[in-house]
Amino acid sequence: MTAGERRRCRALTARGERCRNPAGPEGLCAVHRRRLAAAGPGAGPAPGAAGPSPRAAEPGSEAAADPGAPPAFLGWAEEALEFLRRRLLGEYSVDEFGYDPDLVEHVLAPLLRPLYRHWWRVEARGLEHVPDEGPALVVGNHAGTLPFDALMVTLALFDEHPAHRTLRTLAADLAFTLPVVAPLARKSGNTLACAEDAERLLAAGELVGVFPEGYKGLGKPYRDRYRLQRFGRGGFVGLALRTGVPIVPVAVVGSEEIYPMLANLRRVARLLGVPYFPVTPTFPALGPLGAIPLPSKWVIEFCPPIPTADHGRDAMLDPMVVFDLTDQVRDTIQQTVHRNFVARGGVFA
Amino acid sequence: MDRRILVTGAARSTGRRLVSSLAEEPEVAAVVAVDDRKPPEPLPAKVQFVGVDLRSPALVRAVQSTGIDTCVHLGATAEPLAAGGRPTMKERNVLGTMQLLAAAYHAPDLRRLVLKSTTAVYGAAPGDPAVWTEAMPHETPRHGFGKDAIEVEDYVRSFDRRRPDVTVTVLRLANQVGPTVDNPLTRYFELPVCPTVFGFDPRLQFLHEQDTVRALRQATIGQPVHGTFNVAGQGVVLLSQAIRIAGKPPLPIPEPLVGSVAELLRRTVDFSPEQVGFLQYGRVADTAAACEQLGFSPKWSSRQAFEDFAATRLRKLITEEQVARLERESLAALRRAADWLGGGTAGGGRP
Repeated sequence: MTAGERRRCRALTARGERCRNPAGPEGLCAVHRRRLAAAGPGAGPAPGAAGPSPRAAEPGSEAAADPGAPPAFLGWAEEALEFLRRRLLGEYSVDEFGYDPDLVEHVLAPLLRPLYRHWWRVEARGLEHVPDEGPALVVGNHAGTLPFDALMVTLALFDEHPAHRTLRTLAADLAFTLPVVAPLARKSGNTLACAEDAERLLAAGELVGVFPEGYKGLGKPYRDRYRLQRFGRGGFVGLALRTGVPIVPVAVVGSEEIYPMLANLRRVARLLGVPYFPVTPTFPALGPLGAIPLPSKWVIEFCPPIPTADHGRDAMLDPMVVFDLTDQVRDTIQQTVHRNFVARGGVFA
Repeated sequence: MDRRILVTGAARSTGRRLVSSLAEEPEVAAVVAVDDRKPPEPLPAKVQFVGVDLRSPALVRAVQSTGIDTCVHLGATAEPLAAGGRPTMKERNVLGTMQLLAAAYHAPDLRRLVLKSTTAVYGAAPGDPAVWTEAMPHETPRHGFGKDAIEVEDYVRSFDRRRPDVTVTVLRLANQVGPTVDNPLTRYFELPVCPTVFGFDPRLQFLHEQDTVRALRQATIGQPVHGTFNVAGQGVVLLSQAIRIAGKPPLPIPEPLVGSVAELLRRTVDFSPEQVGFLQYGRVADTAAACEQLGFSPKWSSRQAFEDFAATRLRKLITEEQVARLERESLAALRRAADWLGGGTAGGGRP
């Protein structure tokens, strides 16, 4: 049921990236199968040379160069209609946590990609520190009022990691009580931040993401930017020790400036049942317009993994080991954040 | 070995199928079928029907005079209207079980007790773990069917302590669907539109009715295994997905209005109020223990079970052909538009 097990189409998209559609019997998705068939037998992948990189769908052979081929938007429309048909007939599958790869690949990731590429110009570094397969616990800093940093870390791994890994993040319980947000949280691969769920995901070999600062990090005022908050009670370390998976610290720079929080209206927050109600230079003054995040420059750096397996399972009962590991992870992230923050120069560099 | 098996709730749909399946087994000498209403069809020769309410003293005589070695309790009912109101439903579910267990305690030959319970004992809440295992501590559902089911399980557990010579197997079944089974959830999907809670899309598990009988049969005449086991089809189906497979239009209800719609559902499909939580938050149970210890794995996945139910029982309002035709036609329209545009600008066209 995991993303890695499903076969992907082996053609390349117009942008030269690996096509993410599920593959049919010939190893191609429906769109590419039709497009290659339309382009004629010579243009398709040679039957003998079936490799992962057929040349047919490269930019050169797109509609622009060949006046006989249908325009590019038709392929896109075909894909969109096919997606709609699957949704209308329920022809897709979710895993036991509710992760819906079809929706992520065709709707959620494409929606976030412009933010990632153009708005925040995210630079992902150290992706080689995230294993190609098997479980690991990705631990990051958390800031920016809304959890866009979690989304961007997820997208960095999904798009830019060589194995296109899906990060299964652990989300606060509030996410599962809000209408519209609740199903989206599950479909995009989140699950409730509890030990049972996290252990189950790691046991299934998934990459699990956790942001131990929680609301304390997300809802901290702008003047405290890039100062990491307390890392919970070290629950994530206990989790890593119990399951013996490595911890990959990830440092996010840029999320602090998307909604510079000047004040927190506690009474309003209490009334709405949310952990904080931010006042930024634009929100709520400009209404919904004020909810547009600022285009800061982002750097996401994955740090070398910290192994936990050699501590043994009994280590989780030793509070000193847990405290030390928690501090080690927190310090690694704090130092990396600081280094990248200084190197970045201006906020909108 | 000559098995003598008592089955409660034997005139209900699951009970009838279980009784006739057990009667086919050569090692089963007799089946005592207990229910307060008469089964609609004639019973096989091995089956002795005892038409008593679980709460009546006649039950004690039936249990003690027939020399049974196995008792299969098909447990709590989830339908307050059919039971004649919530108080009666509780009486039947809880006091019926107490009475049955009291009688079973004094049955000297009894060696095995099988309880059909439900995954509803886990409740349905946003703060639940994604997947329930049997041992996880769960918040007790405070009312309705879930609470009855928990109380029934509690009585069975205390029976378990008092009669260590009896192997007690508790099966927590997921929601059943299939060509014949009739319960509030199947009636919900039979409605012309399916009301949902706006902004929520719970994960559901289904169990095919044939697998229900197979699971109960396995626990009754298979290797005796002590313990509590979740039983559900593999995989999960989202409510939105199920509604699509059923070919029905969903009707999202904003949360403030959910109460009144739930009341309407209660009257039409006999939904007990706490089951609305199920349609909002859903629940998923881990079935690994049933597979590994009980040696039972369902033949139908959740999705297959639901598809079988939809194919045999539901009249689809939105069919695959309609959707496929819509897709073809929109694509054809787009092609024509592209041709027209292409013809206007570059003079190109379809090859």
